[in-house]
Amino acid sequence: MFKIFKYSLSDLLRSSWSYFYLSFYLLLGFGLLFFNPDVSKSVITLMNVIVVFSSLIAVVFGIMYYYNSREFIELLLAQPIKRSDIFIGQYMAVSVSLSLSLLLGVGIPFLVYGVADADLIKKFLVLMAAGVFLNFIFVAVAYNIALYHENRIKGFSYAILFWLFMTLIYDGLFLVSLMTFKEYPLEKASLVATLFNPIDLSRILILLQLDISALMGYTGAIFKSFFGTTFGFLIAVSCLSLWVIVPVSNLRRKGNKKDF
Amino acid sequence: MIDFKNISKKFGKLQVLEQVDLTVDKPGIYAILGPNGSGKTTLIKCLLGMTIPTSGHIFVDGQQTKGKWKFRSQISYLPQIANFPKNMTANELLRLIKNLRNQPSNEHSLIEVFGLRPYLDKKMGTLSGGTKQKVNLVLALMTDNPIVILDEPTSGLDPLALIELKKLIKIEKTKGKTILITSHIMSLVEELSDEIVFLLEGKIHFRGTVDALKSTTQTKNFDEAIAQILKTSHV
Repeated sequence: MFKIFKYSLSDLLRSSWSYFYLSFYLLLGFGLLFFNPDVSKSVITLMNVIVVFSSLIAVVFGIMYYYNSREFIELLLAQPIKRSDIFIGQYMAVSVSLSLSLLLGVGIPFLVYGVADADLIKKFLVLMAAGVFLNFIFVAVAYNIALYHENRIKGFSYAILFWLFMTLIYDGLFLVSLMTFKEYPLEKASLVATLFNPIDLSRILILLQLDISALMGYTGAIFKSFFGTTFGFLIAVSCLSLWVIVPVSNLRRKGNKKDF
Repeated sequence: MIDFKNISKKFGKLQVLEQVDLTVDKPGIYAILGPNGSGKTTLIKCLLGMTIPTSGHIFVDGQQTKGKWKFRSQISYLPQIANFPKNMTANELLRLIKNLRNQPSNEHSLIEVFGLRPYLDKKMGTLSGGTKQKVNLVLALMTDNPIVILDEPTSGLDPLALIELKKLIKIEKTKGKTILITSHIMSLVEELSDEIVFLLEGKIHFRGTVDALKSTTQTKNFDEAIAQILKTSHV
């Protein structure tokens, strides 16, 4: 697996896409910190961009990379390599290269502007961890979709639809259900519903670090009392990990069965 | 050496292979023939584990291949359609495959034979079909393995390269290898093959030497013999 990972990563790091993506984050990071010296507020803006944008790039880039390397995969399948190593190696390479762009692109401006306050560093680390998780989750989902769909247009559409569902439609349905059942106590239900959406989960984890959960009213307080505790935090991290583990193990399973 | 036991493969509703039993136990050149869509490539891909049979088992050197991968280090494979990553150069590809296979290789002499030196640093996407096929041949033949599978090795080759290819295949045979070839060029098959396996609608329709095929179909010429099989099977 390491050979495939190493090869794919060096291939990705040579591609102009990675640099384009990196410079986007650099520009965003420097721009935000330059115009808005309040780092806490910059983190909120960054959060919104990272949560929405990096997941979109991860799902699109993941599916594009698979379809573009189909020939390469066929070539590798005839070689003495374990089948699942090919898929897992490539998956890891795409996720790591996207995460590197994110970490460097946002990390460098923060270092340059000298974020040294321990509290801010903690916020920043949670933000980066959420971004990296989202990269690994959305690339894994993209690879799953690509393995099930030979037709590129279909695969691409499903990938975008998945992202749209997680960023917009899920919240919409969530809101509608909250309105419909407003007579009932919904705190627990909304907590559980949040766990099923990696984007909401990352967003809440970051917001709670920023101490603005008070702005979210009673629900905010409930969330704070759950996610704010070590137990809640661990549950959230385990849920995000499950969002990586389940698609990756399916990737391995499907990769071993698929005909080429 | 190679043993297909009751291999069936369905793609959706399409039955491509139906209970194929085939044993190749002696070294030599075996030609797998059949009309388009008869299951030749699927059979080969099943052997390599690229396509997973719906039922049946395949053994290479007595070892079952299902779910395994190490046996592939004994097989040289030339795919039918040379689909290479477009942004890689021939040199990068050679290096990668050498690295993955970790076996001694003689790519330099093959590069000379096919006159590929000027193309080594060009991206695969910019090469012509014939040149790609030559790179494909170098990749497949550069390592020394007891089993060689060539799926349509002649496609896109110029006459000179074709002559070189025939020489190479004959040399491989003298090394005591088992060589499986699929081809639509009947003269090549007639010239090279020790035995023929004729697939029709996913089943083995005939197996034997070229001469045996001619006498069964009562024809003098190999092309006619093949045509005869196809005609009678459609009656």
